[in-house]
Amino acid sequence: MFSTFRLSHLLACLALAAPLMASANPILDGYKAETKGTFSAAAGEKIYHTVGPKQLACASCHTDSPKNVGKHAKTNKTIDPMAPSVNAKRFTDAANVEKWFKRNCNDALGRACTTQEKGDFMTYVLSVK
Amino acid sequence: MKLIKPLLLVALTSLSLAACARYNGEDRGKPMLPNQVNAKWQAECSGCHMAYPPGLLPAASWKKVMSGLDKHFGTDASLSAADTAEITNFLVQNPSNRWSSTAAPLRTTEGEWFRVKHGEISAAVFARASIKSKSNCIACHSGAASGNFDDRTIPK
Repeated sequence: MFSTFRLSHLLACLALAAPLMASANPILDGYKAETKGTFSAAAGEKIYHTVGPKQLACASCHTDSPKNVGKHAKTNKTIDPMAPSVNAKRFTDAANVEKWFKRNCNDALGRACTTQEKGDFMTYVLSVK
Repeated sequence: MKLIKPLLLVALTSLSLAACARYNGEDRGKPMLPNQVNAKWQAECSGCHMAYPPGLLPAASWKKVMSGLDKHFGTDASLSAADTAEITNFLVQNPSNRWSSTAAPLRTTEGEWFRVKHGEISAAVFARASIKSKSNCIACHSGAASGNFDDRTIPK
């Protein structure tokens, strides 16, 4: 009797938590755990359009919207959309996300990004539907 | 006479070697790509551009390229230490097998074979929006990514 109650309780909890879990991104959660603060899509969007010392912004290659297919500013190579709403492969591999933040923050902003900026940026890109 | 013979031999050998080494010894390899390619090389290099076949340059060039990925032709292309080592290894194991010069350019387009082969093509052609630069092999050589640079299939 007791174990049946526990099982049904657990199932009810899972049913409640499932929609929340589906919308969360583990990589973003990791950044959140680091900063212990909140992230802003508006701040992320501002970063996306910031033109840095090399006259480059994220938008230079990824276009005005992270939903679009982009094009490498120098090599002409096609870049798959960055928004997970249209490209489910994005933001699923933490090492890959970190690799590109390191490279592209250096190229577009001329410096490394802070964890706060990474969280804001991901929040913005995840919000683009 | 005893001394002259070996000297003559050396002179003749170096002459014939010089005649054999095309493009001043700056010649791309044949084949350009080994049968088995490294998956990391394929995935990482093609993240931004065509993965250039290792046979385009000598091993010394690849070592230089791979040791400066954080400043890769004006872009930060840095990789983890493990991935850098694995890709470097694949490149230096399969470099051009016809490169005898000590020149080790960073750019494929600086090799003498490249300059000779592309000498007839004007700067205006390379500047076309669909091409953009000499390093965009695939714009004209449709099979370049798989190591096929056959020039008979190039559209005018």
